[in-house]
Amino acid sequence: MDASRRLDGNAAAGLLREIFCWEMTSAAVTCGNCGATNAVGALIIYASPMGTVLRCPACEQPLVRVVRTSNDYWLDISGARCIQVTPDTAAT
Amino acid sequence: MANRLVSPIVWQRATVIETVRETPQARSLMLALPHWQRHRAGQHVEVRLTVEDGYQAQRSYSIASPPEAPYLMLTVERIAEGEVSPYLVDVVQEGDQLEVRGPIGGYFTWQASQSGPLLLVAGGSGIVPLMAMARHHALAGSTTPAHLLYSARQVDNIIYHAELEQLATEDQAFAVFYTLTRGAPPGWAGFQRRIDLDMLEDVGWPPAQHPLIYICGPTPLVEAVATMALHLGHAQGRIKTERFGPTGGS
Repeated sequence: MDASRRLDGNAAAGLLREIFCWEMTSAAVTCGNCGATNAVGALIIYASPMGTVLRCPACEQPLVRVVRTSNDYWLDISGARCIQVTPDTAAT
Repeated sequence: MANRLVSPIVWQRATVIETVRETPQARSLMLALPHWQRHRAGQHVEVRLTVEDGYQAQRSYSIASPPEAPYLMLTVERIAEGEVSPYLVDVVQEGDQLEVRGPIGGYFTWQASQSGPLLLVAGGSGIVPLMAMARHHALAGSTTPAHLLYSARQVDNIIYHAELEQLATEDQAFAVFYTLTRGAPPGWAGFQRRIDLDMLEDVGWPPAQHPLIYICGPTPLVEAVATMALHLGHAQGRIKTERFGPTGGS
């Protein structure tokens, strides 16, 4: 993968907000592989027309995969051990 | 089918109320939105263009205006092969409408109430969300010491140059440092090289002061500066990055 195409989890903020009722880039995700905990905004994204994959910045394990089809969102969070969402009505 | 109980972020029709040419490659658009919610400095919006055959293109743009502003300001830099940015930089006129949704994002944001000195590091158009922070810093009357290090190719590519000079004069707690990577005019007082460890150490704050560090720009610059900051001993949790991709725009 071309390293210069890396983006931050921040780039998925709008997409995640289509699915979740809270602003999600401040949510904390614990990696199921290495145990590192990071904000969604600090995860690594490789932009791809196939979908959005958010990876652990420490070990690059895929933590959240989102694919949008014409009718559905497919959300695979099997790489994450835990996602902690702190409601914040001031930031949506 | 799932029924939605909470409203999603909705697309709004924004009206362009003013345009400002910032550099040969960048233009600012002042937008009025029917339902705008106060944003935080550092947040972005998504802009969607629809052409006649129904094809849609959607891009993220950082907000340049501070939360205190009565309008939304975006500054867009033209990407040579871009689908959206050439239209926004060269074609859109006052009175035109754009589909916009936001504000989006809560991670790469700064509020004047946050503690610790502030170090902002921008590469190219990465200045845009950091400008929202600098403007917010001034308008909120923040006494938090803030330094901006801004890397641009040439002096003509410095976005908001005059306003940054004015902010540095009027806002006693704010200072700006420039570095030019592709040649400087005679008498240039700023740096003339890519950002390196010495520069970051000179301009920034010692790790013992626990500065908050925001880095935004092309992905290679952001990653290089973030690595330097860690090397200097800054805590990972105090470093926030916003990568704009290979060319510094999307």
